Amino acid sequence: MTLALALEQLLNGLQLGVMLFLMAAGLTLIFGVMGLINLAHGSLYMVGAFACAAVAAATGSFWLGLVASLACAAAAGAIVELLVIRRLYDRDHLDQVLATFALILMFSEGTRWLFGSFPLYLDIPPLLQGAVALPGGAQYPVYRLAIIAAGALVAFGLYLLIGKTRLGMRIRAGESDREMIGALGVDIRTLYTVVFALGAALAGLAGAMVGALQSVQVGMGEPVLILAFVVIVIGGIGSIKGALLGALLVGVVDTLGRLLLPKLVGVFLQPAQAGMIGGAAASMLIYMMMALILAMKPRGLFPAAHA
Amino acid sequence: MLLDVSKIEASYGASQALFGVDLAVEEGQAVALMGRNGMGKTTTIRAICNLNPPRAGSVRLAGTDLKGKPSHRVAKLGIGLVPEGRRCFPNLTVHENLIAAARPGAWSLERVNDLFPRLAERHAQMARSLSGGEQQMLAIGRALMTNPRLLILDEATEGLAPVIRQDIWAAIRKLKAEGLSILVVDKTLSELLPVADRCVILENGRSAWHGTPAELSADLQDRYLGV
Repeated sequence: MTLALALEQLLNGLQLGVMLFLMAAGLTLIFGVMGLINLAHGSLYMVGAFACAAVAAATGSFWLGLVASLACAAAAGAIVELLVIRRLYDRDHLDQVLATFALILMFSEGTRWLFGSFPLYLDIPPLLQGAVALPGGAQYPVYRLAIIAAGALVAFGLYLLIGKTRLGMRIRAGESDREMIGALGVDIRTLYTVVFALGAALAGLAGAMVGALQSVQVGMGEPVLILAFVVIVIGGIGSIKGALLGALLVGVVDTLGRLLLPKLVGVFLQPAQAGMIGGAAASMLIYMMMALILAMKPRGLFPAAHA
Repeated sequence: MLLDVSKIEASYGASQALFGVDLAVEEGQAVALMGRNGMGKTTTIRAICNLNPPRAGSVRLAGTDLKGKPSHRVAKLGIGLVPEGRRCFPNLTVHENLIAAARPGAWSLERVNDLFPRLAERHAQMARSLSGGEQQMLAIGRALMTNPRLLILDEATEGLAPVIRQDIWAAIRKLKAEGLSILVVDKTLSELLPVADRCVILENGRSAWHGTPAELSADLQDRYLGV
C-alpha cells in the first residue's frame, strides 16, 4: 500500500468523521440537555439533503440550497419540538423512542409523497470542483476537503457558543439542574426549542453536504443515525468534545478498517476468502471499538458533568 | 404588601403537605419562616415559586396573582430563590453561575463581589470545587444578580462552619439594611430573630403562629420549635 492511498483514506475517514460530528453534536446536545432520545434526527438530516437538492435544482445554486437546508431543517426541528417532542421530556425513554420512531415514518412517507421514490442528485458547486495533489502524488477532491473544513468551523463555532455565550451557559446550567435555571427566570421551554432547532440545523447541514457525494433519497438518514449513536456513546453522552473525538475516531477507524482488514486477513487466507472475512470484520470494527471503550470507560471518553 | 400568601395547600403526588399556610412580607421586611423539620417550610417556598404549584389558595407578589405562572415568570416578577442545598451549577464557573441568569438592575457583578470577596477570588473556578460556604455565597450572589424584589433564603447556613455562618449572616443583615425584602428559613434562632421583623411558624403544614420576634416567648419556642 502506498503512502498516497493511506493519506487519501485517512482524509476520507476524517471527512466521514466530520459529517458524523455534525449529526452527533445535535444528538448529544439534545440528549445531554433534555434527556431525550431522538431517533428522528436522521430524518432531519434527510430534510436538509432534500431541501438542498430541490433548491439547488430549482435555482441552479448549491449555496442557496445550503442555506435552504439549514433553514428547512431548523424549521422542521422547531416545529417537531413544539408539536411532539415537548410532550416527551418527562416521559421515559421507551415512549421517546416510540414517538420519534413514528416521526421517522412520517418524515419518510411525507418526503416520498413530495419528491417520489427516485433519488435526487446534487452537483458539487463549481467553486469546489476539481482536485488537489496530495503528497505522494494522488489527487484528492477539493469538495471533501471543504467538508472537513466546514466541520472544523462548526466545531469551533459550537465551542464558542457553548463555552463563551450566555446561551451556552444556560444550556450547560440546564444540563445540571433544569428546575433551578427555571427558578432563576430562564424560560427553559424556549431554550429547549432553540437547542433542538440548532441540532436539527447541524443535521440538515450534514445531509446537504453529503448530498453532493451520495444520492439524496428516502431512508438515507437512518444508517448515519446509528453511527451517530455509536459516536455519542463512545464520546460520552452530552459532551460536544466527546462527540467530536468520537466522530473522528469512528470515521477514521471505519474507513481505514475497510481498507486494511481485508489485506491483513489476506496474509493468512486466500484472497477471495480474505475479502469476505476481512470485509465482515471491518463492518463490525467500530462496534468492537465501542465495546472496548465502554469496557474501560463505561460512561464514554468524556463523561458529561451531571449525574 | 409585597408577598401575600393566603391559605395555600400543596401536595407531593398523592400526599398532601400543606393544609393552609398564610404568610405576608411587607416591602423592606425580613420575615422568618419557622417550624420543626417536615412541617412544610421548604414546601411552602416551592409553592410560592410555583416549583410545586399550590392546588388551593393564592400567592400574590406586589398584587400580581402568581397562579398558573411558570416558575421562570415568577422569578422574573421579582422572586430570587436561594434554595435548600444551594444547587449551584457545578459544571459552570463561579463567574458563569453569577451571570447565566442575571437580569439588569441595582445588583451587578461588582456589588456581589464586594459583598462576597471570596467569590471574586474564585471567579474562574468551577462551582463544584468550592467549599460549602463558598457555594452558599454563590447561591446568594446568583439570586441577587437576578435583581429580585424578594429574596428567599432556605436554610442558608445549614451545615456550615461557625465562621462561615457569621459571614453569611453578616451578608443577610447588610442586604436587609439596604432595604431588600427577605423571606428566610433557618434553624439558628439566636441569629435569625435579631434579623427578622416578623415570624411565621408552621406546624403540620399549617401556619400556626404569627408575631414579632419579641412576642416569640420561650414557651412558644418550646411548643413549636423545640425538639
